[in-house]
Amino acid sequence: MKPPVDNSAEKLQEVWARLAVVCDPELDEPVTDMGFIEAVHLDPDDSVRVHFRLPTFWCAPNFAFLMANDMREAVARLPWVAGVSVTLADHCYAEQINRGVGQGHSFSQTFPDESSADLHDLRARFRQKAFQRRQELLLRHLRDSGYTPQALLRLSLAELGEIALDEPGNRHLRARYLEIRKEFAPDGGPDAPAFVTLQGQPIEAPDFADYMTALRRVRVNAEFNANLCRGLLRVRYEAEPPTQGADATDPPRLSPDLSAAHSDHYSSKT
Amino acid sequence: MFKTADGESIFVIDAHIHLWDARPENQRNIHGAQFINCFHDYQKALSPEEYIWPADKFQNYGPETLYEDLFVQGYADMAICQPTYLTDFYKDGFNTTEQNAQLKEMYPDRIVLNGAFDPRDGEAGLEYLEALVDTHGIIGVKLYTAEWRGDSKGYKLSDPWAQRYLEKAQALGIKNIHVHKGPTILPLNRDAFDVADIDDAATSFPALNFIVDHVGLPRLDDFCWIAVQEPNVYGGLAVASAFVSARPRYFAEIMAELLFWVGEDRLLFGSDYGIWQPKWIIEKFMAFELPEDLRAETGVDLTPAVKKKILGENAAKLYGIDIEAQSAKLQAN
Repeated sequence: MKPPVDNSAEKLQEVWARLAVVCDPELDEPVTDMGFIEAVHLDPDDSVRVHFRLPTFWCAPNFAFLMANDMREAVARLPWVAGVSVTLADHCYAEQINRGVGQGHSFSQTFPDESSADLHDLRARFRQKAFQRRQELLLRHLRDSGYTPQALLRLSLAELGEIALDEPGNRHLRARYLEIRKEFAPDGGPDAPAFVTLQGQPIEAPDFADYMTALRRVRVNAEFNANLCRGLLRVRYEAEPPTQGADATDPPRLSPDLSAAHSDHYSSKT
Repeated sequence: MFKTADGESIFVIDAHIHLWDARPENQRNIHGAQFINCFHDYQKALSPEEYIWPADKFQNYGPETLYEDLFVQGYADMAICQPTYLTDFYKDGFNTTEQNAQLKEMYPDRIVLNGAFDPRDGEAGLEYLEALVDTHGIIGVKLYTAEWRGDSKGYKLSDPWAQRYLEKAQALGIKNIHVHKGPTILPLNRDAFDVADIDDAATSFPALNFIVDHVGLPRLDDFCWIAVQEPNVYGGLAVASAFVSARPRYFAEIMAELLFWVGEDRLLFGSDYGIWQPKWIIEKFMAFELPEDLRAETGVDLTPAVKKKILGENAAKLYGIDIEAQSAKLQAN
């Protein structure tokens, strides 16, 4: 009889990859990249336990709930996963959030006395900001590469996809924008304008400078907040001992594309 | 007073300071411990290493240390005390008007004493506000809208009782309303940091000045948009200014946005002492120049004249401080 193959390392990699698609909805940054995932454990029965923490004890409970819930759903999509538990540590609403997410409750079920609805509107509002920031970063890059406003506004989706972007980080900017654009202009064919407003409409050329100025405000705010959160998380947990146990893993290194995107975004600005 | 290389004197008003008591014996519960730990993390995350305090000093630094750090080492000529009561977290309160009044008594020419109100205190709170004005002659209040109070986790300035308090404040001669947003306003499904209620209040009370602490962060983008439309909305720079040392590029971007949208006449320097010390912030701020790319893109600049407004002149206008007369008075003492 052959001994069972131990593929737990691969499975943990798959879990980390799923967690990497979960973003902090307020910052639009992957929770893995932010350092929010403290540890991932894989049990012998293929149950997965995710432990996460946030930059402060007081981080907004609505966003914390969304992240916990999104992590659970993302990991549960892996076909081999038998069960998922997600545990938030060191937070003023940790107990309620862990119980609610663990039982598959909605936000309003988790906080029956403290909420008036679920988090659809909140998420939608921050998805708009994420769209604006991703679009600004890509427009800014293309403008700095020599595209005039007129050329940018004429650009079709197909043409945007064909632009040769030499740096992986810049290809990542485009991929991130195209991913979120689908939510705001779902019906676009290859000839549709690449850059559209939040309403999915073409951007008017005379307003382009004002349009960019408004987007910049959103981008600067998000980047400042993300940086502050990274700093607070670092000092909050730097004295903590590393997670013990053979089944715990550190986050894998980012793929080359993501690493490059990260350094493009941040190193040059700090 | 900060002296430039050219020998020019700059009058400094630190518009955001605290004298708190967060010692374990004053903590009511875990929330008191977590609150001060969180503040301490802010200090550790952004201060130069030599300005990071041990936990016990951070919990309670006392009036003499404050005086030394602000007025001897820190270039400040005056400072505005912004109370934060937190009586659900601290037995005698974290940083009340009464505690700060002792500081005012010790250093009357240096300290501007602000009060505070909480609209959830109802009629009794209105009387308390009146007593604060009678006793201390305050013309400014600090509001922390996310303060926990029993089952309530905060309030909005658009709440009917908040409107009543603002009416009362105006009738009592209060001019300046400092507002600090926090993370946990009910209902929890809404964005607690949303600054839209400040927009409502600023429209309803055009004679009051609304100074939004931390320039609305983490909603700087929404704050800037409101400030464009409401001439009585100001930005307090605490937190943002601490980025000048460790993260100068982010600081530059924030300043460019603020100068573009809010303008040089409506920004107030604040250290948020004891979280950060004005000494290093002001030294870095005075040496700081907006990078060329941001000047070109936004058309704004952080000139010495603009810095002078931010460091003192703008706050002096809001609090009716005659800089020349006050400088003479401080020098004479």
